[in-house]
Amino acid sequence: MQLDNLNPEHMCSGHVGCPGCGAAIAMRFVLKALGDKTMMVIPACCWSIIAGSYPQSALKIPVLHTAFETGGAAASGVRAAQDIKGDTETTVVTWAGDGGTFDIGFQALSGAVERNENFIYFCYDNEAYMNTGVQRSSSTPYGAWTTTTPGQHWKKLRKKNIVEVLVAHRIPYAATASIAFPEDLMAKVEKAKSMTGSRFIHIFSSCPTGWGMPSEMSIKIARMAVQTTIFPLYEVEDGLRYTINYTPKGYLVNEYFRLQGRFKHLTEEDLDSIQEMVDEDWNLLLRKAGISLETS
Amino acid sequence: MRQVLEGSHAVSEAVRLARAQVISAYPITPQTHIVEQLSEYCANGTLDARFLRVESEHSALAALIGAASSGVRTFTATSSQGLALMHELLHWASGARLPIVMAEVNRAMAPGWNIWADQTDSLAQRDTGWIQLYCENGQEVLDTTIQAFRLAEWVNLPVMVNLDAFFLSHTYEPVDVPDQKSVDRFLPPYKPRFQLDLANPCAFNQLAPPNIYMEMRHNIQMAMDEALTFLEQMEEEFESILGRRHGAVEAIQCDDAEIILITSGTVTSTSRQVVAELREKGEKVGLLKIKLFRPFPVNMLRERTASASKVAVIDRNFSFGASGIFAQEVKAALCNFPGHPPVYSYIAGLGGRDITMEVIENIYWLTKKSTAPENESSWVGLREVDHAVGQS
Repeated sequence: MQLDNLNPEHMCSGHVGCPGCGAAIAMRFVLKALGDKTMMVIPACCWSIIAGSYPQSALKIPVLHTAFETGGAAASGVRAAQDIKGDTETTVVTWAGDGGTFDIGFQALSGAVERNENFIYFCYDNEAYMNTGVQRSSSTPYGAWTTTTPGQHWKKLRKKNIVEVLVAHRIPYAATASIAFPEDLMAKVEKAKSMTGSRFIHIFSSCPTGWGMPSEMSIKIARMAVQTTIFPLYEVEDGLRYTINYTPKGYLVNEYFRLQGRFKHLTEEDLDSIQEMVDEDWNLLLRKAGISLETS
Repeated sequence: MRQVLEGSHAVSEAVRLARAQVISAYPITPQTHIVEQLSEYCANGTLDARFLRVESEHSALAALIGAASSGVRTFTATSSQGLALMHELLHWASGARLPIVMAEVNRAMAPGWNIWADQTDSLAQRDTGWIQLYCENGQEVLDTTIQAFRLAEWVNLPVMVNLDAFFLSHTYEPVDVPDQKSVDRFLPPYKPRFQLDLANPCAFNQLAPPNIYMEMRHNIQMAMDEALTFLEQMEEEFESILGRRHGAVEAIQCDDAEIILITSGTVTSTSRQVVAELREKGEKVGLLKIKLFRPFPVNMLRERTASASKVAVIDRNFSFGASGIFAQEVKAALCNFPGHPPVYSYIAGLGGRDITMEVIENIYWLTKKSTAPENESSWVGLREVDHAVGQS
């Protein structure tokens, strides 16, 4: 609650997010860290609805709602206009879901960061197309049920590692963050804000509606994702320097999966192979962080 | 100052004189010369603008939607496949009421790959809420591009300036390039009615439920009506400062004409010569050039064709399953007008095939000989080919 006093709110109550919506929590913390000199581009995503319908808006900053696949490009245009007007104070940000980032908006995002556009791209990740009714995206994790991966057709492919894709662009800053670790999240936003060029922050944002769990579980599940290294907290500068921000204490993935309806069909054997995949990814990340330590 | 300019560079000069502030484009033949020249102007400081080298036409227009929403003057150029890729955002730009100006070089749609002149690309974007203008020559391209910014900013709608591939985009002609001072008088700096603003934070393009969406769409139609009226006034101002006027439509010897040819784009120039020669032979023929396609100048069309006994529309475009697209529009404009002349529809010059004087003269004689128009368009100069595909 100390956070409330330190940073003023730029998001109003009365938004239309579901109870326990991780994306709403993420927005609140991010805006506290960004402050009011912020212009936000929102391509089609849950937040196109959460922000409210005409003539009301739950956000106290200028917002440009745009088409699904335009997050990177529309923000480039807003930035270019501020530049030509001589405005260097405004922070231009994109706020997109995983579908608009990993899938349909990927080309525009890659184009924008290749140009090293001076903006922060936030992806709040709820691991499926939630606004349209829980369809799978390339961010949907291995093992998950969605309305387009039903029954025995649950997703048997890994989640796309979006941060590593952004790192490969050698952008100044790429980081993961979680609604369960607000101090870490806000520190990363403040750090990103102090830099120039393309910055990317990937925020794990649980979705009680789509994940099949009670709304009060949002934060707990998000915390468990970090503790199990399913979603490690780390940051990468200039595509080279890895820093791991949270060292896990050896939690296994079982309980995380057992608490969510979207995984209820998984057998013990499935969970064992998922544990192997999670360990493999974590070790890969450790090696990357280790390599950067050796060379720096 | 009179210069020998390529049609593409007539666009570039106009955008320079209009002091565009953000330009965003993606390469596609035959549009590239326009933006290459503008890149040069941005690089050497002739034009104080940001040039965004985006990764697709879709992103080119998306970037301008962001820039125009921030209250600056914006420009892009594209052609054919590129315009088709922008389709979704064409709706977005008009719905968001953004005065974006685009030069569209009319090129055929694939397959097969064809980079030559054909208007089907832009006419297929008819219902996207853009004002559409079709130019005949380099001078008209330059003047119209400058005017497009004024018109767009007046009615808060995007404007598409169309020019035929190669016949116009790559043809060199003498063009009068006005001085900056005169253009500044005609086109003052852009004063946006709304923009992303920290001092007055608003949400743009948000959820619009049924109780308001329809009114928003009607407002766009009101702006289209306003565009028709304002165009007249704007052309008067342009003429008083720069001494030229082009018109939403241009009627050539239509007053006593029995048959009126209707054209758009570069085929108009060739038709002028055909009409002059036929007149010398004593034929009562006129020519009506349609420059403004959206909003469609219905009343002007009715007035100019009122005394004719037949009109013949030449379309370098086609709507499959229907007819030439200008012909459809002309029929729709005249159908509730008592005693209107019958409308003949001819298809010619698709995919850059030459529309020669002989082709146009042939169209005239076919129309004169006929007692009543066919239901379907007549395709002029079709070669004998194997029609068996799909008929087995």
